[in-house]
Amino acid sequence: MILRVNGQAHAVSVDPRTTLLDALRDHIGLTGTKKGCGHGQCGACTVHMDGARVLSCMSFALMAEGHEVTTIEGLAKPGGALDPMQQAFIDHDAFQCGYCTPGQIMAAIACVREGHARTADEIREYMSGNLCRCAAYPNIVAAIEQAAKRS
Amino acid sequence: MRRFDYQRVHTVEAAVRAAQARQAAQFIAGGTNMVDYMTLDVVQPRSLIDINPLREQLSGIDANAQRLRLGALVRMSQAEDHPRIRSDYPVIQQSLLLAASRQIRNMASLGGNVLQRTRCEYFRETSWPCNRRAPGSGCAALEGVNRQHAVLGTSEQCIAAYPGDFAQALIALDAFVETIGADKGARRFPFAQLHRMPGNTPDIENTLAPGELITGFEVPAGPWTQRSCYVKVRDRQSYQFALASAAVALHIEGGRVRVARIALGGVASVPWRAHDAEAVLRNGMLDEELAQKAAKAAFANAHPRPQNRFKVPLGQQALIRALLEARAMVVS
Repeated sequence: MILRVNGQAHAVSVDPRTTLLDALRDHIGLTGTKKGCGHGQCGACTVHMDGARVLSCMSFALMAEGHEVTTIEGLAKPGGALDPMQQAFIDHDAFQCGYCTPGQIMAAIACVREGHARTADEIREYMSGNLCRCAAYPNIVAAIEQAAKRS
Repeated sequence: MRRFDYQRVHTVEAAVRAAQARQAAQFIAGGTNMVDYMTLDVVQPRSLIDINPLREQLSGIDANAQRLRLGALVRMSQAEDHPRIRSDYPVIQQSLLLAASRQIRNMASLGGNVLQRTRCEYFRETSWPCNRRAPGSGCAALEGVNRQHAVLGTSEQCIAAYPGDFAQALIALDAFVETIGADKGARRFPFAQLHRMPGNTPDIENTLAPGELITGFEVPAGPWTQRSCYVKVRDRQSYQFALASAAVALHIEGGRVRVARIALGGVASVPWRAHDAEAVLRNGMLDEELAQKAAKAAFANAHPRPQNRFKVPLGQQALIRALLEARAMVVS
């Protein structure tokens, strides 16, 4: 099958049981997306499917055929310029161990794009699908507020 | 995960034919419940029929003065964001918005959502006896950790709670569900007839025939649909299933309740219409005292278990809050 990821077509041969997450990490080698729980409960596996944030561990790779997938690796510009959300996370120290961070950033970009980052309370509610065991939450919210203002 | 064969279908007719042609076939749309349970080996479909290409035919949202129609492949977030649903059927919008996470809501279809299965930890873990997952094996929850389990509509075979929110809005608003299948063709019936209480056969959760596909829902409009809300109580502030919830829709004239529609979530084995509570409210002046009477009636036949007794007062309070919030709403 052909999986389109970050604007590139990848020819992969997968068992139907392969999740999109495992296809991205193990078959294509894009390990930025993380497997935090494998059960759709933590948000670390968040990617964009046709621009909408989804959980890649809860979908089979076969079902992504014909769609555009964006991962954390697809955000920075070719020259290396970071997405404003990535920069905001750095500016606000919005991560500690970094494991939830790719999922947080992917969810945050979509959250702003959806128009759900107007207040801190709204950000907290609409980002509730992304857990952070290091509790970087206050800094994550601040980063998203910054990025939302600048977008 | 066990092996399965996978195919995509591009018409409703092809979907019906594909399900008919295969044993243990399952439709899959968002997959947010299905993939989870397959990973746990709780469900073992031998065949997955991907119905996402049916999106064009089945993802319409159409509201007019008489009714709201929702295609089965409408995503939860699509309905949640729809301005007409927010303004005219707030209980539906809130029941979606307060469910799961936005990522899940972007994937999950309305048709799949109403068929979601219980979160009972004994159902989810195959090493435990579970009459729902393995008929006749017993119910580990009866004497186990049953804090999250149901107090209404249970049996000695199964005390699992129905975890969904959207279904409460549908059942409260007397919605219809539309389906198509090989045996009976296209049919339409009250949503209240979709789910089955566990009784002696907790493994039979709904009245769909094998291979029958939900194609959409229809919600009749009425003077109660706008004055409606959904209150959801849970341990965490967000992203968690209900301990108790209440979907409420009221038509009030001069302070007097003309129409009351009530459904309770988190506390029952199936989407739960609270007819007794509605009867208490009918033609009464809605104040806190009457709301308390209604809440008491709603749980009069509750059967709590050792660890979930709190669900009775909590469920009552959720209902009272929903009733008073609905009463206070400013509607056009």
